[in-house]
This record gives sequence, C-alpha cells and structure tokens, in this order.
Amino acid sequence: MQIVTKDLEYVYQKGTPFEKRALFHINVTIPSHSYTAVIGHTGSGKSTLLQHLNGLLQPTGGEIRIGDLTVTSEKKGKGLKGIRQKVGIVFQFPEHQLFEETVEKDICFGPMNFGATEEEARQQAKTALKLVGLSEELLNKSPFDLSGGQMRRVAIAGVLAMNPDILVLDEPTAGLDPRGRTEIMEMFYQLYQEKGISIVLVTHSMEEASKYADSIIIMHKGTVYKKGTPKEIFSSPAELIDLGLDVPESVRFQLKLEDKIGKEIAEPSLSIDELVENIFAYIKRVNEK
Amino acid sequence: MMEKMIFGRYIPVDSPLHKMDPRAKLLTIIIFIAVVFLADNTLTYGLLAIFTLAAIWLSNIPIKFLFNGLKFLFWIILFTFFLHIFFTKEGDLLYKFGFIEIYQGGLRQGIFISLRFFFLLLVTSLLTLTTTPIEITDGIESLLKPLKKVGFPVHELSLMISIALRFIPTLMDETDKIMKAQMARGVDFSEGTIKQRAKAVVPLLIPLFINAFKRAEELATAMEARGYRGGEGRTKYRLLKWGMIDNIAILTLFILTILLLLLR
Repeated sequence: MQIVTKDLEYVYQKGTPFEKRALFHINVTIPSHSYTAVIGHTGSGKSTLLQHLNGLLQPTGGEIRIGDLTVTSEKKGKGLKGIRQKVGIVFQFPEHQLFEETVEKDICFGPMNFGATEEEARQQAKTALKLVGLSEELLNKSPFDLSGGQMRRVAIAGVLAMNPDILVLDEPTAGLDPRGRTEIMEMFYQLYQEKGISIVLVTHSMEEASKYADSIIIMHKGTVYKKGTPKEIFSSPAELIDLGLDVPESVRFQLKLEDKIGKEIAEPSLSIDELVENIFAYIKRVNEK
Repeated sequence: MMEKMIFGRYIPVDSPLHKMDPRAKLLTIIIFIAVVFLADNTLTYGLLAIFTLAAIWLSNIPIKFLFNGLKFLFWIILFTFFLHIFFTKEGDLLYKFGFIEIYQGGLRQGIFISLRFFFLLLVTSLLTLTTTPIEITDGIESLLKPLKKVGFPVHELSLMISIALRFIPTLMDETDKIMKAQMARGVDFSEGTIKQRAKAVVPLLIPLFINAFKRAEELATAMEARGYRGGEGRTKYRLLKWGMIDNIAILTLFILTILLLLLR
C-alpha cells in the first residue's frame, strides 16, 4: 500500500484566534514496503503530517491518497475505518493509552474493533506479544503492574496485533533505556524485512534514521525541507547543522577528524562500522603512498 | 477535536477588559449574577442585553468565536426553553395541538429564563476568556482575605482553584491525544448507537484518570521539592492594581442595579 500526498496543507483551529498553520504544500510519497524516517525540530509539523496518514486529521487543503482512498478537505472518503486497520499508528508514549484489566484484553482491543472474533484476536495477541519480545505469562497480568518498558511493548503489541500494512511510529523509543531502544528498533526492522510492512518513523535520533531508513524526509517549519536516501541527506552535514539538527555520531566524528588532519577521508559514514572501514582504507592509502 | 471548546480558556488579546483588575472583574460578575434575577420585563431584559453586548464588545473577542465555543451550551438553553413552554400553564392559551398546549405565560417565562441563562453564560465566560487563571485566583485570594481572620484557608482554596484551572487545557490536550490513539485502534467516537458510544468512552476515561492521578502526585512532589509550605508569609510576584477602568466598571454596575430596581 502506498501513501501519496499532494499539496497537503493543514491549519489548526481554522477560523479562531488560535489559528495556526502547521503544514504547507507537502508532497511526499511513501511507497509500499519502504522504511521512511521523518526528522525535524519540535513544531516542524512531523506529528501533524503523521496524523494524516490514517485520516485522523483531515487536510485543510490539498489531498492525501492512502491506498485507494483519497482524503481531501471536502470529503473524508468512505472506508476510513478500514484504512485505520491498514495503517497502524504508535503514538508517542503509547503506554498512556492502555486501559484494560489484562494485557491480553488490551492487545485484543484493536483487532476486535476491526471485526476479529475473540478467538482470532487472542491468537493475534499471542503472536504480537511474542514479536515485541515479552513472554506469554504476562497475558493475564494487569498492564498497570508492568514496568515502563514492558508497558511500552504491550502498547506497541496492541497496534501490531491489528496486522497493519504500514506502521507509523512517533518516537517509539523516547524515554527508554539504551538497550530497550536498540531492541525495539531491531524488532521494527525485522518486521520490515520479514513481514514486508512499510515503516514510517518519526525520530530525533539521527543514528536511528541513518541506520534503518531507506529514505529520509526532513521537515522544517511545516514544509519538506529535503528528502532522499540517508547518504544523500547526510552528505551535506553543514546544512543540517545550520538547521539546528544533529548528524549521526559517526558523521560528526569523521567531520572532526577531517578537520584536524585537514584532509577528506571519504564520504560521510553512516554507521560506526562504515566509519572504521573508511578510516582503515584511508590509512592504508596513506601508507601505500 | 476539543479545539472548539473555549471553556476556561484565556485569549491573549489586548482590550479594556483584559486590563481590568481581576478583583473588579470578579466583583462585577458576582453583582451581575445577582442582578440578572431582578429583571422581569422587556425593558430590564433589554438593559441586561445592552450591558452584555457592551462587555463582549469591550473584550475584543470575535463574536463568532465566542458563539461557536458556546454552541453546545445553547442546546441546554434550548432545552430549558422548551421545558418552560410546555410546562408553564399561565395566561392565555396561545396554541393547541393535540396534547401540546402553549400558554402566553409559558412563552414569556421560556424566553426570559433562556435569556437569563444566556447572559450569565456570556458574561461568565468573558471572565475566563480575558483573565489568566493566575489572575483569577489572585483576585479570589485577595477578595477572600478578610475570611482569614476566622480561620478560613483562603490561600489553600485559591491554590486549589489555580491548579484546577491550570490543568484544564492540559487535560483537554490529553483527551485529544488519547482519543486519537484509540481511534487509531479502531474506536469510533462519533458513530454507532448510544450504547456503543457510551462503551467507547471507557478506553478514553480510564487512561485519562490514571494520568491525572499520576500527574497530581508528581505535582505534589515537585512542589515539596521546591520548598512549598503554604501561604504563611508568602509574598506576591504579581501585584494587583486597581485603576480607573475598575472604578468605571463598578460604577456602571451600580447604575445598572439601580435602573433595574427602578424599572422592574
């Protein structure tokens, strides 16, 4: 399933003294089976854009095509509910949406809203819980007795259990410990590779964006500032730093090193491994001369 | 979703009403609430209408916005209107259709009571629209100060009010967020039978309550960590200033009261 936006515009609280434009002429395409990272400052319009992806917000201008469904400012389009099953959104701090008595019931909530029978939903809950790396013993526990990290996973499982084609993640690792972060990010990456679902990741971490995404969208003041592959995006680090955004650690290290020795080593390295390779190759080149 | 609600919201524009001392505003409103009940004929209701419209005009708040925000309350007014029309059986019979009988007294009562409601709603919402929550509580605290002598916990009360007012927008934002999260999980808040809709509220209310309790606890800890010890010996950063505008407001209301008493 593909999502295409055409001149998408959104104004908050239109017609009130609080009117605020959040999105201007957004044209992006999220192809099927892709991994897209959206980065930008707080207030750049990331979250607003993301809420359009399953029709939670209706554009105030332009249009968005989600699969076969077109949503414009005039019409919401029929079958929005079906879209919400196909496009699962994991909001920031998703553990805040837990409400059921048991973990199992909470995970079943989504699938059953979309018409799954109790039996099917339970099966999906089990699978989803396994996907997020929790043991089945937790199924009958109250979600409020779990640790923060576990709650986060249960909430994510609640969205995964709906079997979405596109998974939209709004800073899914915010507030987690480093190890939890890596585990959850690896889990999403695995889903992307093995199950063939698309992922849209909103993140502040350039390391996550460069490591997992195959394309990156940079949002700035409600517009798409730049889009491209991680290589393209991070090939001009100075530009990003001007925008007040970060670059991956490896790129930063390389920049500093190049600055110190006054020579260019290689293209920006997107991961520590790549950086090691590039420095190694550089040293080898220098030694041979 | 909750964007249109204007309850307890402050609109930062510049206007004479914004500049007024909160104490004057509170006094004006208290007196207004009392005198609204004095009106009992067209002339006196007309006076109240003029006062209300003048206050709205002075507040610099777009009328369309004000009315949009209070839309759902108008249904309650409409409801009371019909209650009066159908159940007050005084005066001449105006209209009869089957078991529905409308009397002149009922119509009159209906219109007057609804207008009363309407004025009260508009004027009281102007208070929160033109006064920051902090100003309101400072005003309340200052007005209630004399009660301190008899051991009434004035400071604690005003603190409670300011916390409550302070968290209205936060709770609204959160409601919006949780609603969206549950909608993404397939909940339909706007469609379905009444029973289905009532059921749809559970996944909204439970997280909301849990978060509110959590926040209350965090707030208490934060206050204690910053050495909060109640109102004893505490000075104010914002000082209230009673000015000419405030005198004029109180005087206007005084005249309004006298006129209402004379004309009723």
